[in-house]
Amino acid sequence: MTTAISVSGLVKTFGRTRALDGLELTVAQGEVHGFLGPNGAGKSTTIRVLLGLLRADSGSARLLDGDPWHDAVALHRRLAYVPGDVTLWRNLSGGEAIDLLGRLRGGLDSARRAALLERFELDPTKKGRAYSKGNRQKVALVAALASDVELLVLDEPTSGLDPLMEEVFRECVAEERERGRTVLLSSHILSEVEALCDRVSIIRAGRTVETGTLNELRHLTRTAVDAELAAAPDGLSGLAGVHDLVVEGSRVRCQVDTDHLDALLRELTRIGVRSLTSRPPTLEELFLRHYQADTPAAEVAR
Amino acid sequence: MNAFTGTGTLLRLALRRDRIMLPAWVYLLTASVASTAFSFKKLYSTGTSREQLAASLAGNSSLRALYGPLNDAASIGGITAWRMGVFGAALAGLMSILLVVRHTRAEEEDGRLELVRAGAVGHRAPLTAALATAALANLLLAVLVSTVLVVLGQAAAGSLAFGLSLAVCGLVFAGGAAVTAQLAETGRAANGSACAVLGLAYVLRAAGDSSSARDPGAVSRFSPIGWSEQVEPFAADRWWVLVLASAFAVLLAGVAYALVARRDLGAGLIPSRPGRTVGAPSLRTPLALAWRLQRGTLYGWSAGFAVGGAVFGGVAKGVLDLVRGNSGVADILRRMGGQQAVLDAYLSTVMGLLGMIAAGYAVQCVLRLRGEETGGRVEPVLATAVSRLRWAGGHLLFPLLGSGVILAVGGLTAGLAEGAAMGDLMGSVGRLLGGALVQLPAVWLAAAAATALFGLAPRWSSAAWGVLSVFLLIAWLGPVLQFGRRVLDFSPFTHIPRLPGGVFTVQPLLWLTLLAVGLTAAGLAGLRRRDLG
Ligand SMILES: Nc1ncnc2c1ncn2[C@@H]1O[C@H](COP(=O)(O)OP(=O)(O)OP(=O)(O)O)[C@@H](O)[C@H]1O
Ligand SMILES: [Mg+2]
Repeated sequence: MTTAISVSGLVKTFGRTRALDGLELTVAQGEVHGFLGPNGAGKSTTIRVLLGLLRADSGSARLLDGDPWHDAVALHRRLAYVPGDVTLWRNLSGGEAIDLLGRLRGGLDSARRAALLERFELDPTKKGRAYSKGNRQKVALVAALASDVELLVLDEPTSGLDPLMEEVFRECVAEERERGRTVLLSSHILSEVEALCDRVSIIRAGRTVETGTLNELRHLTRTAVDAELAAAPDGLSGLAGVHDLVVEGSRVRCQVDTDHLDALLRELTRIGVRSLTSRPPTLEELFLRHYQADTPAAEVAR
Repeated sequence: MNAFTGTGTLLRLALRRDRIMLPAWVYLLTASVASTAFSFKKLYSTGTSREQLAASLAGNSSLRALYGPLNDAASIGGITAWRMGVFGAALAGLMSILLVVRHTRAEEEDGRLELVRAGAVGHRAPLTAALATAALANLLLAVLVSTVLVVLGQAAAGSLAFGLSLAVCGLVFAGGAAVTAQLAETGRAANGSACAVLGLAYVLRAAGDSSSARDPGAVSRFSPIGWSEQVEPFAADRWWVLVLASAFAVLLAGVAYALVARRDLGAGLIPSRPGRTVGAPSLRTPLALAWRLQRGTLYGWSAGFAVGGAVFGGVAKGVLDLVRGNSGVADILRRMGGQQAVLDAYLSTVMGLLGMIAAGYAVQCVLRLRGEETGGRVEPVLATAVSRLRWAGGHLLFPLLGSGVILAVGGLTAGLAEGAAMGDLMGSVGRLLGGALVQLPAVWLAAAAATALFGLAPRWSSAAWGVLSVFLLIAWLGPVLQFGRRVLDFSPFTHIPRLPGGVFTVQPLLWLTLLAVGLTAAGLAGLRRRDLG
């Protein structure tokens, strides 16, 4: 497995703000990698460093076996970028912007361009601000997807797209993966991440707090347990890895770290179980837990 | 909720956003009036010296075209009003245009007004707040200028009339800018068309003022700057002109209010046409993009220079006729070295003026780079296989060559107009083209200073306007205020050979060019290593 992006110990400060604080990120060639984190976590900053627009203070970043700062021009021929907030030139039509950006990158496939315009139902004759937010986003998407590149860097590419177009976008990214392209996808839309991403990295306050496949991440978090027991339990609160314990007579509800599930179940069966439901964390719970600022990073990583 | 709800809040917001720009403008204007008056107090302390000034001016229509007629040589206030009246009024106009457009169309273009208007804000509130900001700035200017003159011992009535004559011109152009802000879709176009009207107003009164010694000609009456002159502070103190001009400003504001009710947010009254489906084959380089973005500005400035050159060139013959017809100035004529010398003095002044204005174009072109950066439009471009230098280079070709184009156009039309009147077409065109193009090194230096700021201290890019103002003020006021050699040397415009007529020396031009190359290189080196966005 060769790596398309490898970032380690990346630090970037803006005056007193420490936007990136030792960030780690590895994206393998050919994978769709979700890049998640709460607002202001440093996703866009990381992407700008990878594009050679910002200069990191320390740490290392490699992109397609090149240095994002020194080899910017050569690397950019091999990647396409969609910013989260697209602004267009007001005297250029959408079609012109697509062609210009494609040609500046080294050419674009006009058949693909036409097909994408049709799929995204985009009118290329409008100019600048005459486009709605979603349509501006589509201009950037078409310009990126119509180019023949190895790596797609997408920073919240679907912000403002309607559900139909969101679906088209998912199909397009799935096709890109089929073609063997690598995608770095920063997103706040969890269903999108779940549908598309092979692996994800979650960052908070400029640090990576978790990285792996969604299944691995699920495994790392807690399972909710709700049980009706034969008798009132005692000593459950003493068990390691049990949280938010509520005991009402013989009914027990709690959250348990997945690696301590075994011990809890043994204790429950010892008392006698009448009924039991256990539920793996939903995606939302999983992310909320990682996003919440009051959970120390060390605990999240546990 | 009525149409004006929220005006107070928006006004406070505008004043807060302008807490540097507005005081800086008012301070600079007041300071130039104060320093002019102060130095005149030393230079022309006696009545006879002032009468001598009046006599020499009577024969110099080129100076009248530049500054307007001297109506009252009896007091220091009178000659200060002569020297600073036209420029002061024009600058108050420019200040007002920039203020009004900044808080109306520019806000709307950036989408911020949408957020504001969604609050409890009436549809007339933003325009009202912008006009009120401009009105406050002009009022402050009037108060400060009058006070300064009174403190310097000038008649209270004349001082007040002078202060108000500047402010009222500001108000008229605030109203004018309010109208262009409704018509045009972009802040740039709104500023551009309002400034074009301002330029036309200046040129109209220049033509009028140069036409005869005492009566400022009928054409001046079509120019708001001409109205400020008609107030004749210290000489006639015509208050009713102030009232009329204010009424006109109110009328313009009324037109703007009527228009604002007739259009959608974000739209101009001139609708935009659909664009091309596919980019033209030539639209494939950073230079092609820069051309698309900058060509409109270049066309506009070229048109302005064509008109300005023709008017100033056309007036030249009048300069001579007047001198010939006036026996009293024959003496001065001989002292100045004959007819040709008088003509050359006038034409070289005009060429210097064109150079200074062209520097404004050049700085504007350079700052376009910063606009693209803060507007977020540079990121997608630099994320393609375009290096920072190629991107910046495309835009910098405009201050480099575009300035040459507009200067050549100005020199050409001036030469054609002057040559047609004087009979030596080819000779005139050649001499005036030379006189215009020789300004280029100074223009480049101003652009290079802007480039250096953009590359090395991007947040301070707009300080380039401050640098340019200092260059211009030194070149304009330096000789009058008898600044020291060191101070004069600081402005590139004082180093440009005065052509036609003067001695052409290559050396200062080479130095200026070299310095410009150095500053540009420093700026580009800074751009290569700094963060973008
Ligand atoms: N040019 C800048 N100057 C100063 N601070 C900046 C700059 N760019 C980013 N920051 C700061 O760096 C931090 C990270 O910002 P970044 O845009 O990378 O967040 P993000 O993860 O992309 O957030 P979002 O999900 O909202 O897009 C924020 O605190 C932000 O305020
Ligand atoms: Mg972001």
